[in-house]
Amino acid sequence: MGNNTSTTSPDETLLPTEKQHWSFAGRSLFRWESALVLFFIFDLIYGGTSSPDFFSRNTIFFAGINFGLIAIMALPEMLIITTGEIDLSVAAMLGLACSSFGYLFEHHVEVFLAMFLTLCVGAVGGALNGFLVTQLGLPSIAVTIGTLTMFRGLAEVILGTNEVSGFGGPWTDAGTNAIPGTPFAWAFGIFVVLALIYGAVLHFTSTGRSIYAIGLQEEAAFFSGIRVKRIKFNLFLLSGIVCSFVGLLYTYETNTARYDAGTGLELNVVAIVLFGGISIFGGRGTMLGVFLSVIVVGIFDQILSNNNVSSQEQSIVFGVLLLASVILPNAGRGYRAVSKRLGMKSSKTKPTIENAAVISEL
Amino acid sequence: MSVVNEISLSQPVKTHRVAEVLSRARELAILAVILVIFAGTTIKSHDFAHLTSIQQLFTNGSLFLLLAVGETMVIVTRNVDLSVGSTLGISAFLVGDYFTHNAHPSLVLAFVIGMGVGAFCGAVIGFIVTVTKVPSLVVSLAALYIIRGILNIIGLGVQIEPTAIPLSFQKIGFESWAGLPWIFLIPVVVTLLVAFSMRSFRPMRELYAIGSNPAAAQLAGVPVARRVFTAFVISGTLAGLGGVLFLSEFATVNATAGTGYELLVVASCVIGGVAIFGGSGTVIGAALGAILLQIINQALVVVNVSPFWDSALAGALILVTVSFDRLLSNRASLALRLKDSAAHGK
Amino acid sequence: MSDVQTVEPILVMKNVSKSFGAVIALADGSIELYPGEAHALLGENGAGKSTLVKIIAGVYQSDGGTYTYDGKARNFRGPHDSQEAGIAVIYQEPTLFDDLNVAENIYLGRQPLRIGRTINRREMRRQARAIFEQLGVDIDPNRKAKGLSVADQQMVEIAKALSKDARVVVMDEPTAALSPEEVRRLFTVVNNLRERGVAILFISHRLEEVFEICQRVTIMRDGAFVRTDLIGDLTINEIVRSMVGRELGLLFPKTEIRAGGEVLRVERLTREGTFYDISFTVNAGEIVGLSGLVGSGRTEIARAIFGIDRYDAGGVYINGAKLKGGSPLRAMHAGIGFVPEDRRQQGLVMDYGIDHNVALASLRRLSRGLFLFRWAEDKLAADWALRLHLKFGKLSDEANTLSGGNQQKVVLAKWLAGQPKLIIVDEPTRGIDVGTKSEVHRIIDELAQSGVAVLMISSELPEVLGMADRVLVMREGRLAATIDRADATQESVMMASTGQV
Repeated sequence: MGNNTSTTSPDETLLPTEKQHWSFAGRSLFRWESALVLFFIFDLIYGGTSSPDFFSRNTIFFAGINFGLIAIMALPEMLIITTGEIDLSVAAMLGLACSSFGYLFEHHVEVFLAMFLTLCVGAVGGALNGFLVTQLGLPSIAVTIGTLTMFRGLAEVILGTNEVSGFGGPWTDAGTNAIPGTPFAWAFGIFVVLALIYGAVLHFTSTGRSIYAIGLQEEAAFFSGIRVKRIKFNLFLLSGIVCSFVGLLYTYETNTARYDAGTGLELNVVAIVLFGGISIFGGRGTMLGVFLSVIVVGIFDQILSNNNVSSQEQSIVFGVLLLASVILPNAGRGYRAVSKRLGMKSSKTKPTIENAAVISEL
Repeated sequence: MSVVNEISLSQPVKTHRVAEVLSRARELAILAVILVIFAGTTIKSHDFAHLTSIQQLFTNGSLFLLLAVGETMVIVTRNVDLSVGSTLGISAFLVGDYFTHNAHPSLVLAFVIGMGVGAFCGAVIGFIVTVTKVPSLVVSLAALYIIRGILNIIGLGVQIEPTAIPLSFQKIGFESWAGLPWIFLIPVVVTLLVAFSMRSFRPMRELYAIGSNPAAAQLAGVPVARRVFTAFVISGTLAGLGGVLFLSEFATVNATAGTGYELLVVASCVIGGVAIFGGSGTVIGAALGAILLQIINQALVVVNVSPFWDSALAGALILVTVSFDRLLSNRASLALRLKDSAAHGK
Repeated sequence: MSDVQTVEPILVMKNVSKSFGAVIALADGSIELYPGEAHALLGENGAGKSTLVKIIAGVYQSDGGTYTYDGKARNFRGPHDSQEAGIAVIYQEPTLFDDLNVAENIYLGRQPLRIGRTINRREMRRQARAIFEQLGVDIDPNRKAKGLSVADQQMVEIAKALSKDARVVVMDEPTAALSPEEVRRLFTVVNNLRERGVAILFISHRLEEVFEICQRVTIMRDGAFVRTDLIGDLTINEIVRSMVGRELGLLFPKTEIRAGGEVLRVERLTREGTFYDISFTVNAGEIVGLSGLVGSGRTEIARAIFGIDRYDAGGVYINGAKLKGGSPLRAMHAGIGFVPEDRRQQGLVMDYGIDHNVALASLRRLSRGLFLFRWAEDKLAADWALRLHLKFGKLSDEANTLSGGNQQKVVLAKWLAGQPKLIIVDEPTRGIDVGTKSEVHRIIDELAQSGVAVLMISSELPEVLGMADRVLVMREGRLAATIDRADATQESVMMASTGQV
C-alpha cells in the first residue's frame, strides 16, 4: 500500500494550526461571495458613471421598494433550496394572499383580522406543499408547479378580474414610504431584519446545521437522528406564511389587490437565490451570498431603470448573471475536485462506478 | 409461517400486475377523462360538440401539444427545459419580422426560420448543459430570461400586425383538411411521429436509459452527452414550430408571446405520466395531458362554472395525479417486498 | 486442468499500471485468461482489482504495460469498445435500467431491427426468452427491471453477456448478495459458459467458492501482481498469506467480561415481508453477533430497532421501557447508537468535515441556548479524534478525503459522543484494511468493557466468532438459532444460516 498522503502522524493533527488559518483566509478569497462583492463594486462604478443622480437617497429608496418583496421571498426559498428541495409556488402564494386580503377588505372585515386570516391562508398553502413533499414523498418541483397553478387559480376564483383598492390607513405608509430618518423602504428594512434572523438560524443553530446536512446527504442526516421530514415541512410552512406576508406588503405598496399580483416572480426569486451561490443540489451556500445577491441585483435593476432600460430587457442581464453564477463556481469546484483527487486522495480508496464517470471526464 | 406465505403469495402478485397495467394504461385513463368531460359537457350544452368550440379546443391545445412533446423528450433524460415559452415567442416574432420585411415571403422559408431559431436555442442550452454539467433547470431558467430579453430588445414596442402576414400563411390557422384544421393536424402528426420513434428507434430508447440510470448508461456505452444534446435540440425545434403556428393562428405577435407557457408545459407532462426525474413516460401521455388541461378550460365555460376555476382545477389535477402515481408505486413496491419474501420462504 | 493451458490465452495483461495524479491505483497488474477457464482474482480491498477490471472494461485507460486481447494489442477508449470486442463486465452495483423492461435491458443499443431500422420487439422478447431458457431461469422478458431481486438482476446481466456472445465475462463479487440456492444456480451457469469456451474472471471474497468453481487464481496486493497458480496447488492459508503479505496476527482483542443487566430486549418483532417474530436480548457489556446470509433480514432488524423503518408487530424495550418505533431521534434519546452498513451514504455526510460529522448526532446538546457555535463542534471532534486515534490533516477535512477505516472511526465517534447504552454496528469493518480493522475491533471491545451493550451485524464469520459473546443466526427473516460463544464455530453458524441444522 502506498503512503497515505492525506494523513499525518496523530500528534501533529489535533488542533488547528497557524497554517490552517492562512489556508482558510486563502480559500475564502476565492469564494463566490467575493465575486459578488466585485459585482457590487461594478454596480457602483457603472451606476455612478451612467447617472449623476445615482448616489442619492432616491436610488436606495427605489431599489429597496422595487426589490424588497422579491428579496423577502428569497429568504425561505434559500433554506428550502439548501435542503435540496424547491418551492415554485411563492409568487402564486403572494397572489393568493393579495386576493384573499382584497376580498376580506372588500367585505369590510376588520383590517387586523383580515391580515391574520391572510397569513393563515399562507400557512395552509405552505402546509399543503410540505405535506405532499414530506408525507407522500413527492418531488417538490412537481408539487409546487401544481400548487403554483392552483394558488394562482384560487386567487382568480376569489377575486376574479376585480381590482380592490382604497386600502389607505397607516399601512399604506409602510408600503410606500421610507423608514423615517433613513432612505430605506420598509420592505428593504424588513428584509434586512429577516435576513439577520435567517442568517443566524442557518449558520449558528443546530437547525441550520441540520438543513445543510439534509441538503448534502439526506440519508446520513436521517440516520443521525435529524428530523428530516419535520424540518422540510416547517420550511415549506414558513415559506407559505412569509409569502402571504409579502402579499400584504404588495397590496399596500400598490394600493390594489389583484389576483395576478406578482405573476412570474417565482423564477426571479429562484434566480436571486442561485445567484447568491446557493447550490441547486442543496447543502452549499451562505446567507451572506444571498444578501449580496439581493443588493447587487437590486441596485443593478435600479441603474437599468434609471437608464430607461425596460425591465424586460434587464432580464438578459439577469439570465447571464444566473448562468455565470452556476457555471463559474462549478468550474471552480470541478478544478478543486480534480486537484484533490490528484493530490490528496489515498490510494486505498478505490474508484467506484459513481466517480468513474467523473474520472473518465478528466 | 405458512399462513403468511400463502397470503403474500396470492395477493401481491395480483396487485403488482394491476399496478403495471395501470401505469401502462395512463394514456387510456386520461383519454377516458377527456372523453367523459367532453361527453358530459355536450349533454349539458349541445353547442359544445359544435365545430367551432372543437376547433377552438384544437387550436388552443395544439401549440401545447408540440411543446409537451418536446419537453417529454427532455424530461425523460432527467433534465428539464424551461425556455420553451421564450423560444416559441422569439420564433414567432422573427417569422413575423421576416414577413414584414419581405414583399414576397416564402412559406417554406418561414417554417425553416421558425424551426431554425428554435433549434439554435435548444442547441445552445443543450451544449451548456452537457459541457458544463450545470443542472438544466438552472441553464434553461437563465435561457428563459436571456431569450425573452433579446426578444424584448428586438421587439421593443413592435406589434406585428395581421396586415403584414400573408393570407396563405394565416390560412394554416383556420383552414382545414378533411375537417381537421391544419393547426391541429401538424402537431398531431408530429406527436405521432415522435411517439413512434420514441418506441421504435434505438437512439430514442437510449433517452429512457439515460434518465433511468445515468451512470449505468455511461457504462453501457450510451453516448449520454450527444443524446441529451439532441433532446434539447428537438425540444427547441418543436418550440420553434410552435412559434410558427402561433403566428399563423393569431396573425399578430409582440414581445410577450408565449410568456408563462413553460410551467403549463411541464404540468402537461406531469399529468401525462412523465416522471419528473426521468426514465419513464410517453409522448402520447404528455400530449393528452396538454389536451386535458385545455379541455377543462373550455368545459367550464359551457357548464356555467366561472372560468376563473380553470387554473385552480388544473393545479389540483397535477397534485392528484402525482399523488396517485406515488401511492400506486408504493403499493407496487410493498407487493414486491411481500412477493420476494414469499418466494424466499418457499 | 493442464489441457486448459494448451490453447492461446484470450486476454493477457502485462505490467499494466494506472495512476490518478500522484495516486497510484495500479502499479503492476498482470493476468492471463484462457478460454474455458474460471479464473479467480483475489486481493484485499484496495489491492487494485477494481482498477484492473475497469481497464479491462475500457472504463479507464492504462498508463503503461500491455493489454492484449484476442492476439491484438488493445487500449479500449471506452466501455463501448470493449463490449464490441466481446468483453462483458458484471459489476457489483446494479447497472440495470429500472424503467425499461428486461428484454430491452439486455439488448439496449443492439435491439433486433426490422426494415426501416425500427425495433422488432417480438423478436427481442423471443431472443431474451431463449437466453433465459439456456440459463435455466424464469424471468419474464416483458417485466420492468424495477423490483428484480439481486440474483435476477445478475441473471439479466449474464443474459446480456450471453446475447453479445461475450468471450470474456468478468464477475465482480457476484455471490455477495445471493442465497445458497442462487449461488448454486449461478455456478451452473458459470460452468455452462465455460463449456462454451468463455473465459470467466471471478472476483470474490469467499474463498470456499473460489475453490469450488475456479481452476486458477491470481492474487494481487498493493496494486501489484503477486502470483498466479492452479487452485489445486494452493491452500487457503497460502492464499490469505499472499493477499495480506504477512501472517495474520491476533485480530480479535476479545476481553472476557461479565455481562451486566439487560439493556435491549426485542420481543416478537415483525415486519411483513422482511422479518418475523424476532425476540432476543442484549445485556450491558455484552457483544451479541447477528449473523446470517445477506438478505436474511439482519440489517432490517437493526433499522427497525433504530426507528429507520417501521415494524408491524412486537416491541423494542430499552432498560425495560418500551421504545416507540419510527423515529431515529427517539431511539437516540433512549440511548441507542447505530453505525450503519453503508458508510458513504448513511454513516457520513461525505462533503462535511470531520468536525461537523462527529457533532451531527449531538447538535442539540452542543447548542448554547439557541445557538450552536463551531468551537463547540471542534472541541467535541478534537476530543474524539484523539481518543480513537483518528488519522487526519485538520478537523475541517471532508470525510471523503479519509480512508475507509478512519471514516468508520468518525462514524463511531459520532455515536460515542452521545454516550449510548446500546450501540448497533452493521458490518463495522467492511471495506477496511486489515490494520485499521483490528483497531475498530479494539474500540468495540473497549466499549463492551465499559458496559455498553453491543449488537454486531457482520457477514464475516471470523469477526463474529472472534468478537461475539453470543451469536444470533438469521435465516429467511427468522431467528434460526442462538449459539453461545463456546459452541459457535464456522460450521455451526453456517449450518444454522443455511438451514441445514
